[in-house]
Amino acid sequence: MVQFFISILAVSGLGAVLALFLEVADSYLGFYGTCGIHINEGEKDLEVTGGGTLLSTLMDQGIFIPSACGGRGSCGYCKVKILEGAGLLLPTETPYLEPEEIKDSVRLSCQIKVRQDMNIEIPPELFLIKEFRARVEGLRDLTDEIKELRLRLVDPDAIAFKAGQYIQFQVPEYEQCPESVYRAYSIASSAHESHSVNLVVTKVPGGLATTFIHEVLKEGDEVTFNGPYGEFYLRESDREIFFVAIGSGMAPIVSILEQMAIEKIQRKATFVFGARHKKDLFYMEEIEALKQQIPHLEVIFTLSRSEEDDHWEGEKGRVTSVLERIIESGESKEAYLCGNPAMVESCEELLTKKGIPKELIFFDKFG
Amino acid sequence: MELGLSAFVIFFAAIFTNNILLTNFLGMCSFLAVSREVKSSLGLGLAVVFVMTCTSGLNYLVYYYLLVPLGLEHFRYITFIIVIAAFVQLVEMIIERSSPLLYVILGIFLPLITVNCAILGVALFMIIRDYTFLQSVAYGAGSGIGWTMAIMAMGGIRQKMKGARVPKPLEGPGITLIIAGIMALAFIGFTGMIQIQ
Repeated sequence: MVQFFISILAVSGLGAVLALFLEVADSYLGFYGTCGIHINEGEKDLEVTGGGTLLSTLMDQGIFIPSACGGRGSCGYCKVKILEGAGLLLPTETPYLEPEEIKDSVRLSCQIKVRQDMNIEIPPELFLIKEFRARVEGLRDLTDEIKELRLRLVDPDAIAFKAGQYIQFQVPEYEQCPESVYRAYSIASSAHESHSVNLVVTKVPGGLATTFIHEVLKEGDEVTFNGPYGEFYLRESDREIFFVAIGSGMAPIVSILEQMAIEKIQRKATFVFGARHKKDLFYMEEIEALKQQIPHLEVIFTLSRSEEDDHWEGEKGRVTSVLERIIESGESKEAYLCGNPAMVESCEELLTKKGIPKELIFFDKFG
Repeated sequence: MELGLSAFVIFFAAIFTNNILLTNFLGMCSFLAVSREVKSSLGLGLAVVFVMTCTSGLNYLVYYYLLVPLGLEHFRYITFIIVIAAFVQLVEMIIERSSPLLYVILGIFLPLITVNCAILGVALFMIIRDYTFLQSVAYGAGSGIGWTMAIMAMGGIRQKMKGARVPKPLEGPGITLIIAGIMALAFIGFTGMIQIQ
């Protein structure tokens, strides 16, 4: 019996002593005091407690750097230009940085710790990124597999974004998801309506976020998201526009079309939307209404697997075959593509072959 | 310690004839995972040398001055793991604070080492073989250097092999294990030259 207690005491005592020792060491060695972070040459100066990663420190201060992996150093999205105070380049960063970026002092903010005053540069639009709490105002079935999620913003109660951008939706812990995760969804509603956002969610079998939205979420529930993010928005020019989308890729395009209607943008535009069957088409009335408001808009729906009983008289085949037919030359045209990687890549290949330069093809890929 | 081997002999034996990786097959996971390039292999190797040398000394003291007097020898596994983990944590903190350069070279590899079984292996072997304090430290340092040598050799081979046409099912860990096997065969040729146990 005595032996028994001595064993427990000795082993747990050793563990406790070492833990205490580490705690003490950490409070001395891991203490960096208050550090200043200077953003964009004095546009914003922050006083923060040192020791954490730059990504999480900025997040605590309400500045959200895009990151898909949550700071594990596996996505390479959280790049930030650090002019001073970053220290040497770490081996965990090099796989994600191009040689020009390294020369340009671009770093991965999730790997850099705040240990001294820092001088960083971030794109000003990141200041607009915030965390929002919102209430589910409506859930609507658009097709068998696609739902529209309407969110009314609670705190803050308004969002400023460019039509075409996306948000990161937080999936909370639930039965099939032991740990909260983020998933990106494009905003389908107009950027002129700042108190609510619509998301279009396709059900993915076994998908953590889509299962949550399709099966768990109810009207009145409260959810959290942050944003807006992304470079997928209408560029100002007088070139002719081609919008191409499949499935829930419809979302950002509808938002851009709303923008064109409200701002009375008079550019010639063609929207090609692809689906498998007639029952997979959605937002038909909304598109029809937009067509009335945008004088130079042409909309082409195409079905890749239309069947007899669809009674479909429109286009058949994939979006690429429609594009192949309707575009003669790529001169003074630009394109906006949204869909899965395979669709985006094949469209991009086709459009560059037609002569639209790569820098005028904008896209938003989703997995 | 009836063999009366000097620490010096143990040191060299641990590097060559009794290489912990190639004759005891310990520390395989990080050996397979981080041996893609010579540079990162060297970084990890240096971290292993450092941690092995220090923890073999540290564990020796903990074992003979804490566990043996209390009659708790059977707790050596868990105790050694705790000591190694705490030591690695502490070293990481110190390096991070004091030397940015060293942090770049070793820092990110240190957490990987906490679970490197070669380090626990060294601590257990030194107890089984009744080494003295000096012999233990020499054995730790030698094993670390031997491990580094093996992973660097593997790193070099894998770098050279980048352009090689490896059969699809054998790509990655498959071919690496086969190479490790051939390397081990060569090293097993040394077996028996020096008896260190």
